[in-house]
Amino acid sequence: MTQEQTEPAVRARGVNKRFGSVQAVQDVDFTVSSGEIFGLVGPDGAGKTTIMRMLAGVLRPDTGDILVDRVDVASDPEQAKLHLSYMPQRFGLYEDLTVAENIFFYGELFAVPRDERIARSQELLEAAGLQAFRRRLAGQLSGGMKQKLGLVCALIHTPRVLLLDEPTTGVDPVSRRDFWAILYNLRESGVAIVLSTAYMDEAERCSRLALLHEGVIRHCDTPARLKQAMPGVLLAITSAHPRLLREALAGKPGILGILLMGDRVHVRVDDDLHRIPEMLELLAGQGVTQSDVTRTEPGIEDVFVALLGREEAV
Amino acid sequence: MFQRLSVMLMKEFLEIRRDRWAMFRLIVPLVIQMLIFGYAATFTVHHVSTAILDLDGSQASRSLLSHFEATSRFNVVDEARNQKEINDDINQDRAVIAIVIHSGFARDLEKGRSAPLQVIVDGTNSNTALIALGYISQIVSRFSAEQAVQATVSRAGLAVPEVGITLEERPWFNDSLNERWFFIPGVIGTLTLLQVVSLTAFAIVREREVGTLEQIMVSPIRPVEFILGKTLPFFLIGLGDIILVSTVGILWFRVPFIGSVWVMFIGSSLFLMAAVGMGLLLSTFSRTQQQAFALNFFLVNPFFILSGFAFPIAAMPRALQWFTLINPLRYFLVVIRAIFLKGVGLAILWPELGAMALLALIMLTISVMRFNKSLD
Repeated sequence: MTQEQTEPAVRARGVNKRFGSVQAVQDVDFTVSSGEIFGLVGPDGAGKTTIMRMLAGVLRPDTGDILVDRVDVASDPEQAKLHLSYMPQRFGLYEDLTVAENIFFYGELFAVPRDERIARSQELLEAAGLQAFRRRLAGQLSGGMKQKLGLVCALIHTPRVLLLDEPTTGVDPVSRRDFWAILYNLRESGVAIVLSTAYMDEAERCSRLALLHEGVIRHCDTPARLKQAMPGVLLAITSAHPRLLREALAGKPGILGILLMGDRVHVRVDDDLHRIPEMLELLAGQGVTQSDVTRTEPGIEDVFVALLGREEAV
Repeated sequence: MFQRLSVMLMKEFLEIRRDRWAMFRLIVPLVIQMLIFGYAATFTVHHVSTAILDLDGSQASRSLLSHFEATSRFNVVDEARNQKEINDDINQDRAVIAIVIHSGFARDLEKGRSAPLQVIVDGTNSNTALIALGYISQIVSRFSAEQAVQATVSRAGLAVPEVGITLEERPWFNDSLNERWFFIPGVIGTLTLLQVVSLTAFAIVREREVGTLEQIMVSPIRPVEFILGKTLPFFLIGLGDIILVSTVGILWFRVPFIGSVWVMFIGSSLFLMAAVGMGLLLSTFSRTQQQAFALNFFLVNPFFILSGFAFPIAAMPRALQWFTLINPLRYFLVVIRAIFLKGVGLAILWPELGAMALLALIMLTISVMRFNKSLD
C-alpha cells in the first residue's frame, strides 16, 4: 500500500468539547479509513452525538482538529461538506414535499448533475424499497421509511464520508435490514462510515469500534480483538430465577462480572475449572436452581460491560 | 451560489403551493382587516347619548339646546327635570354627556354678562368625552357669536359690524381632514409589517424544529445563501401585500394616490427588508415555534403603538421617542402617507428611506452573525 491509500478519510486529533461545566468530549483521537465502518458505542450522554456533530462541521471543537477527506472541517467547512454526509437521529425531511421532491432538493443543494441525480436516486430508492412511494408526501411515510428516505437524501451526492447518528433507532427490522444492505454496499465502494449505535448487534457488524464513556474513548479496536482483550472466561448459566442467581454470586471471589441476558446470566470468572464447582456448590447451598452451565463466546455487550466496568444490563 | 439559492426558493414556493389554504390565509385576513380598519378607525363621534336639564326655561336656553338636538353628533336621550335625574343618567350609563342650563341664563345674557353652562361628561371613555367636548365648545361658541351679534344689533340698532378675527382653516393635502386618508396608508404599513415579520420568523423556526435546518447546514450552502433563500419569498409576499391593500385603499376607500409608484416601490422595498430582518432576528432568538409566537406577541404591540399610527410620537415620553427610532414602521408611515397624500419624492423622503435601509442592514447583519453562532 502506498502512503496515499492509507491516508485516512476521517482523522480526529485531540478533540475536546465542553458545554458549560460538562466536559462532553475529552481528548478524542481516531482515524477512519475508506471502506471501513467505524462504530461509536456508549451509553446515552457518552458524547456520541457531540462527536458526530463536530465531524459534520455543525459544532466547533474547543481544541483539536478534524480532517474529513483531508480537508479541515473548521477552516474550510464548505469544501469539507462537499464529500460529507451527516444523518442525525432524525433526518430533516420536508414533510409537505414528496419523496422525489425531497431527493431533488438535497441533490440540488449539493449540485449533483441532473443525469447523475436521476440515476442515483433510482438506484437508491430501489435499494431502500421506496420506488413505489416516489410521489407520496414524506409526512405520510412510516418511521422506517422516513429514515430510509433520509438515507437516500444523505447519499444522493455520493459522499466519501458518511456520518450516521443512531440511524436505526426506532426502525422496524425489515427496514433495518435494507438499511444495512445499503451500508455494506457503500463500504464495498470505499465509503468511510462513522456510525453511532446503542444496538449491540449493530456494533458487532462494524469494522472497528470505539467504546465511549463520559466523553472519553476507553477502547478502540476491531470487535474480535476487543473480545480477546476481555479478561477471564465467560459462562452462560440458564436459570428460572436469574435475578436470585445474580444476587447469590455478586461479589464472590473469582467472579469478575455478571450480566443478565433474559433467562440466562452471563458470568465472567477468572478461571472456569476452579470456579464452576465452587459456584454450583454455592448456588445449591442457597437453593437457587440452574439447569445448565456452559462456556460461551462473548458478545460485544459483554465486552462493553467488562471493559467499561459497568455491571448492569445494557 | 445561484443554484443553491434557486433551489431554496423553488422549495419555498413549492411548500406554499402544497399548502392548499396558504393563499387563502395570506390574502383573506389581510383584506378583512383592511376593511375593518378602514371603517372602524375613526375619531369622528356620532350620536353621543346626551341628557339635558333646562332649569332656566327661557327662549335663549331653548335656543341653545335646539342646537344640540339639530346635530347628529348628539342624541338627546333624556330631558331631565332635576339634577338628581341627570346624575342617575350618567351613573347608570344612559348618557355619556349631560348639559345643564342653570336659571338666570337668559338674564345674564341680556345683561351682557357671561352666562355659565354646565357640562358633565363620563370620563371613563376619555376619548369619546374629549371629542364630544370639542363639538360642544364649537356649538357653544357659535351660539355665543350669534348672541353677541344680536345684542349689538338690539342695543345700537346698527348694522352688524365686522368685529374680531375670524379663523379660516385650510388644511393642506387633505382638505376635508378625511381621517380615512390618514389611517389607510398607515394600515397598509402596519398590516404588512405584522404579516411579514411573523411569516419570516415562523418559517425559519419551523425548519429548526423539524431538523431540516441542521440538514441544510451540513450541505455546502453558505449561511447567507440560506438566509436569502428563506427571506426573499417573504419579501415578495410582502410586496404583494402592499400592492393588494393599497389597491383596496385606493379603489374601495377612494384614498388618493398622488405620488410616484417608483418612490413607493423603493420605500416599500427598504421597509420590507427591515421587516424580514426583524423576522429573521426574532427567529435567531427562538428555538421553538411557541417561543417565536411569544416573542412576536410581545413585540407587535409596542411596534404598532410606537409607530405614530394613531398616537403622535411627539407626545410620547422622551425614552419612548428614542425607542421609535429603531421602529421601521415609524419611518414607513411617514413615507407612505407622504407618497399617498403629498406626492413628494426622494428629495424629501431620503432621511426616512436612509433610516430604513440602515435598520435593514443592521438587523440582517446581526442575524447572519447570530446565525453562524447559533449552529454551535
